[in-house]
Amino acid sequence: MIPELGHFALALAIAFAVAQAILPLWGAHRGNARLMQAAPALALGQLIGLAASFACLVWVSVTDDFSVQNIAENSHTLKPLLYKITGAWGSHEGSILFWCLILSVCGGAVALFGGPLPASLRARVIGILGFTAFGFELFTLIESNPFARIWPPPLDGRDMNPLLQDPGLASHPPILYLGYVGFAVPFAFAVAALLEGRIDAAWGRWVRPWTLAAWCFLTSGIALGSWWSYYVLGWGGYWFWDPVENASLLPWLTGTALLHSAIVVEKREALKTWTVLLAIGTFALSLSGTFLVRSGILNSVHSFANDPARGVFILGLLALIIGGSLLIFALRAPTLGSSGLFAPISREGALVLNNILLCSIAAVVLTGTLYPLFADLLMSMKISVGPPFFQATVLPLAAPVFGAMAVAPMLSWKRATLGPALVRLWWVALVALAAGLFASLGMKAVPALAMGAAAWMIFGALAEIIERVRLFRVPLGNSVARLFALKLSTFGTTLGHAGLGVTVAGLAGMSMTVEQVVLVRPGETVQVAGYDWHLAGMHDAKGSNYNARVATIEVSRDGAPIVTLSPERRAFTTQTMTTTEAKISTNFVRDLYAVLGEERDGAAVLRLHMNPLAPWIWLGALIMAMGGFCSLADRRLRIAAPTRAAAPTALSRT
Amino acid sequence: MNRRLLLLTPLGVAAIGGASFWAMLRGMRTGSFDPRGIPSQMIDKPLPDFALEGFGRADILVLKRPVVLNFFASWCVPCIDEAATLVTLNRANVPIWGIAYKDKIPATDAFLTKYGNPYRRVARDLAGQVGIEWGVTGVPETYIIDAAGIVRWRYSGPLSEQAVSVVTKLATA
Repeated sequence: MIPELGHFALALAIAFAVAQAILPLWGAHRGNARLMQAAPALALGQLIGLAASFACLVWVSVTDDFSVQNIAENSHTLKPLLYKITGAWGSHEGSILFWCLILSVCGGAVALFGGPLPASLRARVIGILGFTAFGFELFTLIESNPFARIWPPPLDGRDMNPLLQDPGLASHPPILYLGYVGFAVPFAFAVAALLEGRIDAAWGRWVRPWTLAAWCFLTSGIALGSWWSYYVLGWGGYWFWDPVENASLLPWLTGTALLHSAIVVEKREALKTWTVLLAIGTFALSLSGTFLVRSGILNSVHSFANDPARGVFILGLLALIIGGSLLIFALRAPTLGSSGLFAPISREGALVLNNILLCSIAAVVLTGTLYPLFADLLMSMKISVGPPFFQATVLPLAAPVFGAMAVAPMLSWKRATLGPALVRLWWVALVALAAGLFASLGMKAVPALAMGAAAWMIFGALAEIIERVRLFRVPLGNSVARLFALKLSTFGTTLGHAGLGVTVAGLAGMSMTVEQVVLVRPGETVQVAGYDWHLAGMHDAKGSNYNARVATIEVSRDGAPIVTLSPERRAFTTQTMTTTEAKISTNFVRDLYAVLGEERDGAAVLRLHMNPLAPWIWLGALIMAMGGFCSLADRRLRIAAPTRAAAPTALSRT
Repeated sequence: MNRRLLLLTPLGVAAIGGASFWAMLRGMRTGSFDPRGIPSQMIDKPLPDFALEGFGRADILVLKRPVVLNFFASWCVPCIDEAATLVTLNRANVPIWGIAYKDKIPATDAFLTKYGNPYRRVARDLAGQVGIEWGVTGVPETYIIDAAGIVRWRYSGPLSEQAVSVVTKLATA
């Protein structure tokens, strides 16, 4: 009964989506205020329908209703409750329903918080979100129904892949999806603006918070995924340039570019056409990323085994949404008016440079990801593009981004001179140089350079704040007062830029990883990376749906005990699969990382790592996301009182 | 360039991408396109020319009988797993020749002493050059070369039970 209710609620949501796609757009086209007014209610109706449908799926999963195919294939009575709940979005069918739910949450958010928007713009944005939602909900209903029943129901389910039974991965998809799907809102704003034929500073101001929110979630989602592969897969790796990872990186790169170009629209009413294209492109990459990966085209360890029939439907949908929006772009973009020229050395000039570089990186990553497919299709060549390609191509493009990042916020709008900005950064350059030189004592050239770049970015970001409070140039109390008067978005920029620096430092540190595979008997001690790893013993343990073999490793340095690690090897009873549970001890400067491998003749294969600065990679991403949320908190004040006709105010430095 | 034309390019790029993906999906349905298959370029081709300290192409050709070629390394954990399997195969009189891939000589020797040496001959591919010529995707990786010197079979990863039976059948034929 509950599955049918969920099925019905899904169908109801589609009915709302159809209305939401047609009525407001038609109303905006004809200038009919009543039809436009209907938009928020329809969006909320769709949200309620999908929320009910998803709640039913969670209920079915928690109550172990194995007559539902999706549950029978992915769940098991012994599975812990947490994973029964998160399993609702762990399967293919469930994840697509979840995707639709998030899209409708976006629609609902525009409906609730979009009050200050002009009626026609709001109606169009909601209408376009409704159209997009309609397509994917139809796909869910027709091609991947999560509520399909099977007869006879099996006694017990087949259980979920043990690798996925992990708290990190349980929270990874929702956050990543919030990022992916969140870009639907800037996309809808872009298409709506094309339909309206008007883009101005106010538009830039409305789009930015939505972009920022999506970007924050995407940043966190990518970091969570990378962290998951670091501690679950047990190789000590954190990024593999796998197609699925690239698929999340691409919208992040273009989304970051969008975040910056929208500032130019807001402040200078320039780059309009480009910003609209970026908004469309970012969502197009999000969509293709999520769905082409799932169609099985991209060869990846992450992708769900899937039949190509579903892929054809999805491709049709993508063609309609992406192709349609790009067609509107081609037809209507000329009406937006071209942007004026501006000096290359200026804040907007620096933001353009940022856009060019980020989009070049995105283009390179896209090429590397798709090249094997096209080579296979066109030339029947089987090749694979691996990390060396990405490292060799992304690094040279990333370097100028790092370099420019500290300078750009020091430049003023319209016209600036490079000299004074660089003079203000002299001490940052010294710190960066010192950091680089210090790192070069123990590192190879590239990581040492990265270390210097990281210091440059972190202290450059701080220099921006120091500059603004005029530290040491005015009395200290005066500086503190200035600090409190600063806008939150200033801190947002600082945190965002410094966070990237922290991540880069982490990446550089990780290149110094010491790892060793050793065969140890209980009672023996090995020395790896200057630490003594003593295998104290091995014992068996029992989990709810697995049996574990646990090693107890006492780590000490020069006789002083540091930590006891107990890595496990888990044998899952229902899926005849073994997973390794790496154990990590961190002090934020280095990770001690131990993985238990096979055992032979009483001895155990251990993989022991010392990963310098590893936690910084994810800490940096967290700081970046915090910076985003910080700016967002500031923006809310401004959204409350937007003024469409306000002349763009150029910030001038005093 | 004409501005209108320029604004049409994104649509054009998307259309080309879409058409290619459609071709790929259609190919996947009919089986003519399989992005997951990583077929070795070597299958049914004569073994590539190589000469290493230990043995080379000529040494295999003069055998005039099938031989199993196994790429391994002391630094690879699955190879430790596979060692016991190979030792058993060797006892069953399957000729296995080994190539130590990107491994230090003392480390390889220590590995063979510790886990048993199932190889009739061991060659050392210190630089990994020969591994590239063979298109090795990772270690361990196993090839079977028939009596005429043609590569007939390849297996990536530690030999499964099923793979062991294939090896036994092909290599002792």
